[in-house]
Amino acid sequence: MQRHLISAADLTRDDAVLILDTAEEMARVADRPIKKLPTLRGRTVVNLFFEDSTRTRISFEAAEKRLSADVINFSAKGSSVSKGESLKDTAQTLEAMGVDAVVIRHGASGAPYRLATSGWIDAHVINAGDGTHQHPTQALLDAFTMRRRLVGRDAGLGHDLNGRRITLVGDVLHSRVARSNVDLLHTLGAEVTLVAPPTLLPVGVETWPCEISYDLDSTLPKSDAVMMLRVQRERMNAAFFPTEREYSRRYGLDGDRMARMPEHAIVMHPGPMVRGMEITAEVADSDRCTVVEQVANGVSIRMAVLYLLLGGAEFQTAGTPAAPARTAEENR
Amino acid sequence: MMSKTLIRGAKLLGGEPQDVLIDGETIIQVGAGLSAEGAEVVEAGGKVLLPGLVDLHTHLREPGREDSETVLTGTRAAASGGYTAVFAMANTFPVADTAGVVEQVWRLGKEHGYCDVRPIGAVTVGLEGQKLAELGAMHESAAGVTVFSDDGKCVHDAVIMRRALEYVKAFDGVVAQHAQEPRLTEGAQMNEGVVSAELGLGGWPAVAEESVIARDVLLADHVGSRVHICHLSTAGSVEIVRWAKSRGIRVTAEVTPHHLLLTDELVRSYNPVYKVNPPLRTERDVLALREALADGTIDIVATDHAPHPHEDKDCEWAAAAMGMVGLETALSVVQETMVDTGLLDWAGVADRMSHAPARIGRAEGHGRPVSAGEPANLTLVDTAYRGPVDPAGFASRSRNTPYEGRELPGRVTHTWLRGKATLVDGKLT
Repeated sequence: MQRHLISAADLTRDDAVLILDTAEEMARVADRPIKKLPTLRGRTVVNLFFEDSTRTRISFEAAEKRLSADVINFSAKGSSVSKGESLKDTAQTLEAMGVDAVVIRHGASGAPYRLATSGWIDAHVINAGDGTHQHPTQALLDAFTMRRRLVGRDAGLGHDLNGRRITLVGDVLHSRVARSNVDLLHTLGAEVTLVAPPTLLPVGVETWPCEISYDLDSTLPKSDAVMMLRVQRERMNAAFFPTEREYSRRYGLDGDRMARMPEHAIVMHPGPMVRGMEITAEVADSDRCTVVEQVANGVSIRMAVLYLLLGGAEFQTAGTPAAPARTAEENR
Repeated sequence: MMSKTLIRGAKLLGGEPQDVLIDGETIIQVGAGLSAEGAEVVEAGGKVLLPGLVDLHTHLREPGREDSETVLTGTRAAASGGYTAVFAMANTFPVADTAGVVEQVWRLGKEHGYCDVRPIGAVTVGLEGQKLAELGAMHESAAGVTVFSDDGKCVHDAVIMRRALEYVKAFDGVVAQHAQEPRLTEGAQMNEGVVSAELGLGGWPAVAEESVIARDVLLADHVGSRVHICHLSTAGSVEIVRWAKSRGIRVTAEVTPHHLLLTDELVRSYNPVYKVNPPLRTERDVLALREALADGTIDIVATDHAPHPHEDKDCEWAAAAMGMVGLETALSVVQETMVDTGLLDWAGVADRMSHAPARIGRAEGHGRPVSAGEPANLTLVDTAYRGPVDPAGFASRSRNTPYEGRELPGRVTHTWLRGKATLVDGKLT
């Protein structure tokens, strides 16, 4: 398959299942007294962050270090970028220092794609979130969390999310998490419903492989997982919705609404949460809410992606059956 | 030096082969088997002879952005593409909003001698949309400005637009509107639709163009002025202009070559060479634009030649500049999309790319018939040629073409500006 991970839409069903299975192997490493594998020893990974995102950066950094990679953190603030250096020059400078992979977070949609396809550099490119386009490792860690909770940790191995009903609620228009999740969940066989006020859905959403609803209450009883997307308060000023209060009344998840979900159904959030806006504290702190698990799973997923992209293992291509994931032990 | 040139065996507007004899600046004879005595002979060998092309929408960038284009390099590019007159847009630095700036641009074009340069004056001071520029002074200057535009920005204030439309009536001027409602296009990066939704790029809705066109044709009707619509790009805009024309409103419209050929599907590459204002639209829009150009709803093809230095395109999409060069590929794209598809014959091409733009811009001596007594502004095209576009061969200082490597038909081999060859066998003189 590809050398890069740019979009969740690029993953086949078998690629995705292989990543989820590999992540389960990686998760076991976290249970050991020494949480480290030698897989990427001598390889250098740079975390190239043009946008502030402490949690994503730390998650990647933890994954890289557990795989024994040398890690360089590059934040655009206070660097040559703020003095007007181009993305191309920044990337080429880093590559000249012998970087094997670039994990990039960028405010411009398509920046990781440009980096991977313009012939500027040879390194692997992993998209850690670009503009309002994609955030593929977030979608993978969400799918991983759903599979564990809805199918089972061991029972899930080798399986996808066939027939599970997943509802995403909130600011789809500005959300790379929503786009990545729709692509990946569809690939994994889930039935996806997007719920939002019409102002926060993009024109053209009708062609996406999912259902659209403006009404949260009718969707909740039919959901195996409900993922709340962050809604920035500033959107109010651009007339996307009248007031914070009205938003949370119509689209926020509180205890009453959570009670209408099936008993097994989970509540998810990619973080950071805006408590009192899209989610109440009661829901956020309940044991049905997987926010903290998602963070832990993020490290396993990112280890799996780095391992599969850089560790020499090949992703399966469409049409060929998924080989059993090589275990971390075998790779020693 | 011989003052006579005989073009032998050229298909006049694509018709039967004929000879055309030029003496000095003028065509003196058109017919079969003309005498070559005392004349330099150009064997046309069945190539198509057109009146020199006229571009109502060119960015020459001088003064201010000479790193991307100058009047010299831009007019050489124009001659290469078969043009004998170009209208230079006002968004230079300083802005062409005074008699001084337009005269400078006009004079530079005259000195270089590759192509007549007709400066376009800004409608408002500094293109800021607040205060009318001295339109009359620019008209009375040596540059004789007749077309006014804030292109790059929309004259969005309805009162300013109304006054400008009224004011230029005094000297038969025309306001060329860049139709883009500013609030609806804040942060816009590409056409709003299926592709923008997937790519996560800010949407540029068709209605942002169409609503301004609708307002402006009604304004033009109300005050009895003529209005010209720049780079019309959507099927809905076509319908509005068609309706306005049916009501007798004096509106004219242009389409760019790239909007006749390319769609927003290309943006999936995130390659900023496809970033342009107005944005590339959908297949449905492209087909509607072709049909409208064929039936005359859209009057002309204008290039919106917009040179940018390499670094402004060799970057991420959001950081890139908007625009494409077009002077040297326009005729090829029109042949590909309009002639080879059977929508327009060569006489139609002569109308849309020479007669009509010269008429709209009141460019005297241009867009005239190819007949005895007329100025010898001529373009000879090898329509049988087909080959890949190679930007390295451009005369323009910039290379931001969306057609690199794409096979296109037709090649301009000769251009004459008032009898003087500016392009011979594909080489600039």
